Amino acid sequence: MLPGWLIIGASFAYLLTLFAVAYFGDRRADQGRSVIDNAWTYGLSLAVYCTAWTYFGSVGRAASGGIWFLPTYLGPTLGMALGWLVVLKMIRISRSHRITSIADFIASRYGKSHMLGGLVTIIAVVGILPYVALQLKAISSAYALLVEDAGSPLPLGANTDWWLDSTLYIALTLAAFTVLFGTRHLDATERHEGMVAAIAFESVIKLLAFVAVGVYVTYWLYDGFTDLYARAREHSGLASLLIFDSTGKIGYGGWFAHVLLAMLAGIFLPRQFQIAVVENVNEQHLRRATWLFPAYLLAINIFVIPIALGGLLHFGQGTVDPDTFVLTLPLAHDNAALALFVFIGGLSAATGMVIVEAIALSTMVCNDLVMPILLRSRRLGLSAQRDLTRLLLGIRRGAIVGVLLLGYLYFRLAGEAYALVSIGLISFAAVAQFAPAMLGGMYWRNGTRDGAFAGLLAGFLVWAYTLLLPSFAKSGWLDPAFLDNGLFGLAWLRPEQLFGLAGLDNISHALFWSLFANIGCYVFVSLLRVPTTAEAGQGALFVNVFRRGDSPPAGFWRGRAEVADLIPLVARFLGQRRTEEAFRTYARSRGVDGIDKLKADPDLVHFAESLLAGAIGSASARVMVSTVVQEEPLGLGEVMDILDEASQVRAYSHQLEEKSRELEAATAELRAANDKMKELDRLKDDFMSSVTHELRTPLTSIRALSEMMLDDPDIDVDDRQRFLGIIVSETVRLTRLVNQVLDLAKIEAGHAEWCNTDIDMRELVTHAIEATRQLFRDRDAEIGLELPDAVPMLRADHDRLLQVMLNLLSNAAKFVPAEGGRVDVRLTADEGRIRVDVRDNGPGIAPELEAVIFQKFRQGGDEHSRPQGTGLGLPISRQIVEHFGGRLWLESVPGDGATFSFELPLPPAADSE
Amino acid sequence: MRKGLAGQRLVAMFIAGVLLLNFPLLSLFDRPVTLFGLPLLHVYLFTVWGGLIAAVGWIVERGAR
Repeated sequence: MLPGWLIIGASFAYLLTLFAVAYFGDRRADQGRSVIDNAWTYGLSLAVYCTAWTYFGSVGRAASGGIWFLPTYLGPTLGMALGWLVVLKMIRISRSHRITSIADFIASRYGKSHMLGGLVTIIAVVGILPYVALQLKAISSAYALLVEDAGSPLPLGANTDWWLDSTLYIALTLAAFTVLFGTRHLDATERHEGMVAAIAFESVIKLLAFVAVGVYVTYWLYDGFTDLYARAREHSGLASLLIFDSTGKIGYGGWFAHVLLAMLAGIFLPRQFQIAVVENVNEQHLRRATWLFPAYLLAINIFVIPIALGGLLHFGQGTVDPDTFVLTLPLAHDNAALALFVFIGGLSAATGMVIVEAIALSTMVCNDLVMPILLRSRRLGLSAQRDLTRLLLGIRRGAIVGVLLLGYLYFRLAGEAYALVSIGLISFAAVAQFAPAMLGGMYWRNGTRDGAFAGLLAGFLVWAYTLLLPSFAKSGWLDPAFLDNGLFGLAWLRPEQLFGLAGLDNISHALFWSLFANIGCYVFVSLLRVPTTAEAGQGALFVNVFRRGDSPPAGFWRGRAEVADLIPLVARFLGQRRTEEAFRTYARSRGVDGIDKLKADPDLVHFAESLLAGAIGSASARVMVSTVVQEEPLGLGEVMDILDEASQVRAYSHQLEEKSRELEAATAELRAANDKMKELDRLKDDFMSSVTHELRTPLTSIRALSEMMLDDPDIDVDDRQRFLGIIVSETVRLTRLVNQVLDLAKIEAGHAEWCNTDIDMRELVTHAIEATRQLFRDRDAEIGLELPDAVPMLRADHDRLLQVMLNLLSNAAKFVPAEGGRVDVRLTADEGRIRVDVRDNGPGIAPELEAVIFQKFRQGGDEHSRPQGTGLGLPISRQIVEHFGGRLWLESVPGDGATFSFELPLPPAADSE
Repeated sequence: MRKGLAGQRLVAMFIAGVLLLNFPLLSLFDRPVTLFGLPLLHVYLFTVWGGLIAAVGWIVERGAR
């Protein structure tokens, strides 16, 4: 009916379309306009869960067991209900640790262990190979059916082995496609945008094709659901398909086991992990996937029973393999075009699974099996090699081809013995072994590497003994006798009734015992010892991934590293260009200009390690980084301190205490500042009242005298002259006061003008004494001067310093006693400073007044006895001296005179000249 | 969202789904009765399945807004 060339041509046309879609996806990704950055694409790509097994096998299962095809799809529906909790956690963990496979996830969780990663990889490969074989078998038998049915000789060479070759050909084509889009380049995140786009496209095709044949059978060949069911009920052999357990063998326990199995497989199959976790672009896409993926499963299953019933009604039982009803029904009704479309749908279901599974397995094989061996066996040779990116790509490509060829081998050797569903369930049971270590690792901090290893190994061995070996025996590879008699003739070791456990189907039986052994060993071995530092650290990071926010988990590292060592190391595995790009981006995110400015802190080491982890797996990355980093391991206690919730609480309360201490300090500062402000305000008020008071006194006398002269024109000339003299002197005093107030304000505000020159202090002091000599003469006071022979030159404002000297001298003149007054002026110069003392023999100043006299408008002595003055001289003098970096102070013994001194620093080098 | 109401609702839906799709509730519907000409068991399973998907969809998409 259909010539072989047409089928092959259509298949290749379809594969080329896939290439085009994948190429388009990659192009768009390179341009930064991702097509898979979309919740719908993500949800659809998850439907890679539906393989050829779903496509062909569901109908077969329904034809023999009725509703029993459903647990495989109810399981993921239930699993995805928790997806927003569990899968989100896996995504978050994988992102922060750059985890790229299940093997890496488990290895990384339990202290970055090579052993664990290797074991998980072996389990995955052994468990998944039959599944890959199943896809090849589905394609090849579908092809055989189409061509055979046509009854025409094969167009391409007529040798009898062509069939076998065609399957091999399919396997190699798929390998080529997978290599092209799965390992085109190395990427630290291991994401394959083009491949995901192609998978989403395939999901649409297989759904359309399956629904098309469903609608065709249900509404074209028959008269809808009701009609089909009515006919089935009338048919004696089919009525049993409509109730729960037609065979009565498996029961509700088996139903539950199958739902559980599918639930675990829906999350822990390597391809599901790849699509759901590794290829996830945005966590938020998971929301839509939690219902879109189950809805897809529902849609693709609506027509399963109608097709099964239709096939059985049409062909009768036992004549045609029910697995092929989707093809044979259209063919039997001469609808070749639909049959071809259905074939393409089946092809897309099979290729989608094979491609993603091969990529996932190749990543595991490369990162967790081959790299550790290479690192171990020829560490030196490997270290010498400069660029390892080609080696890595080569390993991955080899692994992809290897997986497909092994799948082909399995197909050739065992493929015919089994229905599709049985093979698939064996693989499901294998990947279910990952669940305890994965889930335990995400929610239980005490799981240890030994526990996970023991659990996985025990589960795997039990699985192999109770499912894999019996399947070999049934295929004729092994003597089937041990199925009935048990190993070594021991009846309690019968693989399908282990320890005499009967009443379960082989899948439920194997699932129970394997998970029993797995969980048991995991928990008990984990509890045998305290977790090591690495286990506890990783455990806490995994379990608390949500609590820790987005901060990189770099806290558990102490040691020394060089940026110059880290970059070449990463570049050897990732390539120079990509590495530099990654480090530049990192530098930018740290607010650093360039790579060379980066500091090799724990964060950078962690960044380099996680970059490497993306390419070669976390355990190998650990080993490689440790070759260039000198580490000081942290003690368990320290790690627990960093991690412990208690310590977090302690840290928080510590922070709070610190904050409150800071607040208290700030409050005290504010209070002090406020007090100072109040004081200053009071001083300002005092200043204002002093200024007005000081201004009023001369103004009053000027006004009084002027009024007297105005009122009495007959005042005699002498009095008038005297009055005018007083007025002039009061005006001079006013002027001086105003000048001094302005002066002080200028100095205090920093607006004063200073003109600095070289000054000889000897000359300045002598000049000041000459200028005030008349003052002393008026008060009958003697003045003594003591000068050194020479003093260094000082750089300062001459007039201002003179002002200081005059002020001190006039003050001294005011306070000397009326008789026997004496003022001594002494100039001394020692290292770096010049000092002037002005000593009088006046009454001295009481200690409580010492501070006061330097305040504005405050004068020594009581109200009545104090001499004339503005009260601004000393404050101005002190400001001037302090401006030149010196100080002005007072030493006084009451009753024995007072000494005002000031000293000024000399310029450092120029003093000798 | 994670620890909030939506998370608890999802867990509740999961538990409800496990109960509704398993023994003993499932056995209640395994009777030779038809609904609209379809076997009760099949109608029940697909209805519960669809309902579960709708409920989960409602919960997660609501949280997205």
